[in-house]
Amino acid sequence: MSKEVIVATGLTKVFNKNLVAVDHVSFSVKHGEIFGFLGPNGAGKTTTINMLITVLRPTEGTASILGYDVVKQANEVRKVIGVVPQEYTADEDLTGYENIILCADLYGIPREVSKKRAVELLELVELTSFKDKKVETYSGGMRRRLELASGLINRPRVLFLDEPTLGLDVQTRAATWNYIKRLKEEYDMTIFMTTHYLEEADTLCDRIAIIDYGKIIITGDPEELKHSLGGDIITISIKEDVDISSIIRSVENVKEVRNENGSYRIKVESGEETAPLIIEALRRNGYTVTRLSLTEPTLNEVYLEYTGRSMRDTEESKEAFRSQRMTIRRARAR
Amino acid sequence: MSRVKEYHPSLLRGLWALTVRELKKWLNDPIMLLMLVIQPLIWMGLLGKSMNLAAMFSAGNLGNIEVPEKIPIPGNYVIPPANGVIYVSGTMVSQIIQQTVSDIGANVMRNVFGVTDYFSYMSIGMISMIVMTTTMFSGMSIVWDRRLGFLDKVLSTPVPRGAIIFSKVLNATLRAMLQATIILTLATIFGLQLSPSFTLINMFGVYAAIFLLSVGLSSVFLAFSLRSTKLERPMQFISLITMPLMFASNTLFPITLMPDWLQAVAYVNPLSYLTDALRQLTILTLDVSKLTTDFMYLGFFATVLSSIGIVLSWRYLSK
Repeated sequence: MSKEVIVATGLTKVFNKNLVAVDHVSFSVKHGEIFGFLGPNGAGKTTTINMLITVLRPTEGTASILGYDVVKQANEVRKVIGVVPQEYTADEDLTGYENIILCADLYGIPREVSKKRAVELLELVELTSFKDKKVETYSGGMRRRLELASGLINRPRVLFLDEPTLGLDVQTRAATWNYIKRLKEEYDMTIFMTTHYLEEADTLCDRIAIIDYGKIIITGDPEELKHSLGGDIITISIKEDVDISSIIRSVENVKEVRNENGSYRIKVESGEETAPLIIEALRRNGYTVTRLSLTEPTLNEVYLEYTGRSMRDTEESKEAFRSQRMTIRRARAR
Repeated sequence: MSRVKEYHPSLLRGLWALTVRELKKWLNDPIMLLMLVIQPLIWMGLLGKSMNLAAMFSAGNLGNIEVPEKIPIPGNYVIPPANGVIYVSGTMVSQIIQQTVSDIGANVMRNVFGVTDYFSYMSIGMISMIVMTTTMFSGMSIVWDRRLGFLDKVLSTPVPRGAIIFSKVLNATLRAMLQATIILTLATIFGLQLSPSFTLINMFGVYAAIFLLSVGLSSVFLAFSLRSTKLERPMQFISLITMPLMFASNTLFPITLMPDWLQAVAYVNPLSYLTDALRQLTILTLDVSKLTTDFMYLGFFATVLSSIGIVLSWRYLSK
């Protein structure tokens, strides 16, 4: 069961002839996977999604969903996908139920089927008791659940979630994750999602692509990415004001040492075993360790490692990038 | 899990679903409905009743013409001629004068406006004005749809793109028709005089004429709204052109009394043709050749503008 459901090859979108929002992005998503696009705001996540869901036409490159080309067979693609956009798109003046039925009508689902499904979906996202209330009375979490439910009305085989928990509080976010997991199992779907929350990607995604400035920087499963950092990180401080990098480096299993204003950031294979060795080596040389902390890599480190560096690299042209991002956002909003 | 059988989205189904959505939005809103009634009432009340042109010729406005109780008339003016002087009752003469003035007034009104009361003339003009503004404004809801993400969501469903565009046009048109019905009903209650030749069948003509103008105008405004990133822009544009279009037409005043340059504008202004068609069908004695001209022009206008509008919107939606 490792059929490739989404395949993108050299997908590129250029706005206004000179603004590259997505730059030759290639990836593939297997059946049953939750694939996450992780990146800061304006990195090109939504633009990528919009191309995959046939709302935007790629400038270059191709993409296919279940073998259907997103440009040439857009209509076939639309039938098999479900979309939960970043925004709350439900009509405020209609009830939750009416909103779902409206969606069903757009897919051409007969009323006798859609009525049953709407009730079932509302039950699933626990909105049954609010189904006849206007959406304007819903809270953010309820709206998000309604979006989820209406994205599922056509029983999609591939579900696209764009920032599914944007702007939700911590509890609601966790609850939404549960819904997503449950829905995925219930309906046997492949899910493509974007997020800029690291825990979200870590909790939900089977595989992650980190994207920044329209380019995929790295792809892998969360564990793999954490490993790519090269194990644990030990942070150490000593009493004396001397550079001890060379001593630490001589310890077995130490991969990298960085002196950050007197505290040392040490990458090691296995922190728990190496930390005593480092302390021992320092003591032998007559230094006293005042502070030591041990962190196992989180996605946060991976993220900073890859997106943070590129940000620093382009410090001088920050203004240019900022204005570019503004334009991307505006162009995206059309 | 059994895999679903495939459903086929149809143009009509999608069109109806999207139109019903918009209709529900404002039919469920009592304040909106109230405004719908109040707006024409204000216009008719303020303009139609205050500019009561026919009343200028009424007896009260003749001023104090002193008429003696007995008016002497030399016998040779009398038919057949008589000798000496004959006396006529002053009251009778004054009655004749009043009658004549009022006849002249009615004649002037009829020649200028086609009907004897300005209120009827103007109420019908109001219908076309409100049809115009309603149509233009309702196309703007697509700006919100786009901003709130609803448009992208709809675009990701297999609903035919045409349904998205036509639903906006249809919604504008239905609104305009409903408003026209309300105004016509209210105006009739407040003294609009329908022509004796008016029957309910004429209402089909009224709706057809409104439909043509609405389709043309709303498709162009839809394309315009789709392309402008700011909500303010179409709004400004509408307020910019509403007044000129209204005054450069027969909505409030007949074209024949306008200066030449304004007449030239009024004769290409589709509002003039809509208004004339509506008047022909309701308050005037139906002139078939004029009505045919009106409908031909409106049909031409609708075809050209809606083709432009729909092509532009279509291209925009499938970019």
